[in-house]
Amino acid sequence: MSVRLRIISEMQRIAAEQQVTLPPLDDDLSLHETGFDSLGFAILVARLEDDLGIDPFTIAEDAAFPLTVGDFIRAYENVPA
Amino acid sequence: MSPREAFALRDYLGPELKGRTLSDARQVVSLTDILGETCLGGRLDELAGRSVLLAIEDQLISAVAMTEIDGVAWRMLLCPSDLNADHSQTLIEDADIDVVVTDHPARWKDAGVYLVVAARQPMRAAAKAKTRRTTEWLMLTSGTSGAPKIVSHTLEGLSGAIVADGPARGDRPVWATFYDIRRYGGLQIFLRAIIGGGSMVLSQPGEPIADHVARLQARGVTNISGTPSHWRKLLMSGAASGFSPRYVRLSGEIADQAVLDGLSRAFPAASIGHAYASTEAGVGFAVNDGLEGFPASLLGTGRDGVEMKVEDGSLRIRSRRTAHGYVGRHPAVLTDDDGFVDTGDMVELRGDRYHFVGRRGGIINIGGLKVHPEEIEAVINRHAEVRMSRARSRRSPITGGIVVADVILADGDASSRSDEIRARILADCRAQLASHKVPAMIRFVTSLDVTAAGKLARTDA
Repeated sequence: MSVRLRIISEMQRIAAEQQVTLPPLDDDLSLHETGFDSLGFAILVARLEDDLGIDPFTIAEDAAFPLTVGDFIRAYENVPA
Repeated sequence: MSPREAFALRDYLGPELKGRTLSDARQVVSLTDILGETCLGGRLDELAGRSVLLAIEDQLISAVAMTEIDGVAWRMLLCPSDLNADHSQTLIEDADIDVVVTDHPARWKDAGVYLVVAARQPMRAAAKAKTRRTTEWLMLTSGTSGAPKIVSHTLEGLSGAIVADGPARGDRPVWATFYDIRRYGGLQIFLRAIIGGGSMVLSQPGEPIADHVARLQARGVTNISGTPSHWRKLLMSGAASGFSPRYVRLSGEIADQAVLDGLSRAFPAASIGHAYASTEAGVGFAVNDGLEGFPASLLGTGRDGVEMKVEDGSLRIRSRRTAHGYVGRHPAVLTDDDGFVDTGDMVELRGDRYHFVGRRGGIINIGGLKVHPEEIEAVINRHAEVRMSRARSRRSPITGGIVVADVILADGDASSRSDEIRARILADCRAQLASHKVPAMIRFVTSLDVTAAGKLARTDA
């Protein structure tokens, strides 16, 4: 499964757990509009770290958090394995 | 009486070192002239042999008063300006206080003490005070709940690490700290300035951080200390640019790699060290290699007489710098039978370094909210499939922390149903716990550590 698909499916799983209705996850969708709160993103980042072995927001020098779904996915895709 | 038996703060101040100053946001006083001054209105003699509570809001006046009173009073209890007034009567009783020295005398007129002495701006004294005895220095622990405990030190113990380190290299240092100097971490810096022949710039409560940094720069601060939280706040403020200290010191909290790296990027010319110290255990050690934690080789007997060991996961320290004991009507016991202070700070050996993992106290912090892990475990443990669980905090770049739970299944063969069991545990937690207490993740494990005392080992706080 590609990194993108793993992220999307984990978001869907957390949305179900948190009883959040996700809009279509287009790259341009702002993270704010996903309906996730900070705890939702904290859970997502922690689970992706376990799944993919990386946490781009802790290891980055300038830990600016992405603004859109596309930025979020790219943060994972751009981390060297 | 030999000079060594009674050596006080004033004996580190002499006319030979010119140009030393002590300053806050409002004024600058000369440390060279300070011996000829009084902020007690010339009433120092009335404090001889007394037990003195130093309740002075202004740090600068407090610093001058400490210099006057040390070597004259029997003991002096230092109170930071944030002392909760509800605790003052307990402190007076516990420390047998008979004199209160304060810049707010009206607040203390009903305190029932023998004498209330007003602390004022320093002025010329009629005569220079002389050291007569070794004064006991009493300090308050920084516990978050209940009345603080009083611990007893001597100047010799408080300055042990400073004397061991020897004089600061390079030009005479100008010290600063974000701490209040009536707290252990701040007092260490004040003493470094006094004993090491330097100057000192005090913090000022309520001062905007940019103004504070501007003052640090204007006064030429070379050496500065604070907790990792102080430093993170400074780094986030953007006010650090242009400030370039030679030495940056962290203490009082766990200094993680991120804050150490952040400081070395912000202050590329500075050497950056983190020190381990507590009001009870005194100064343990300083680490200057830029890495979090400390080398395991520091355990055992150090070169300057500090012995450290790890027992039941917590750091234990024995040295001449530890407090002499708690003071009070029913004082707790400070050391074990061998003289070691249990710091309550939990450490974990990874490779050849120990890392601090938290306080034994056990409360976990989830995005600024305090969580008792037992509360979460109680919900999880209600499931028939669960034998045991442990809730803990896991670091998160988003919220600071999230709850994760380690669960041992009663039936080891249930692993094939783990997804189903996990979903049911989570559904229960969501139904019964506030959302920040719901585990973000549940991990099935085969064992959880238990201490010799039979308690679940918690290594987070």
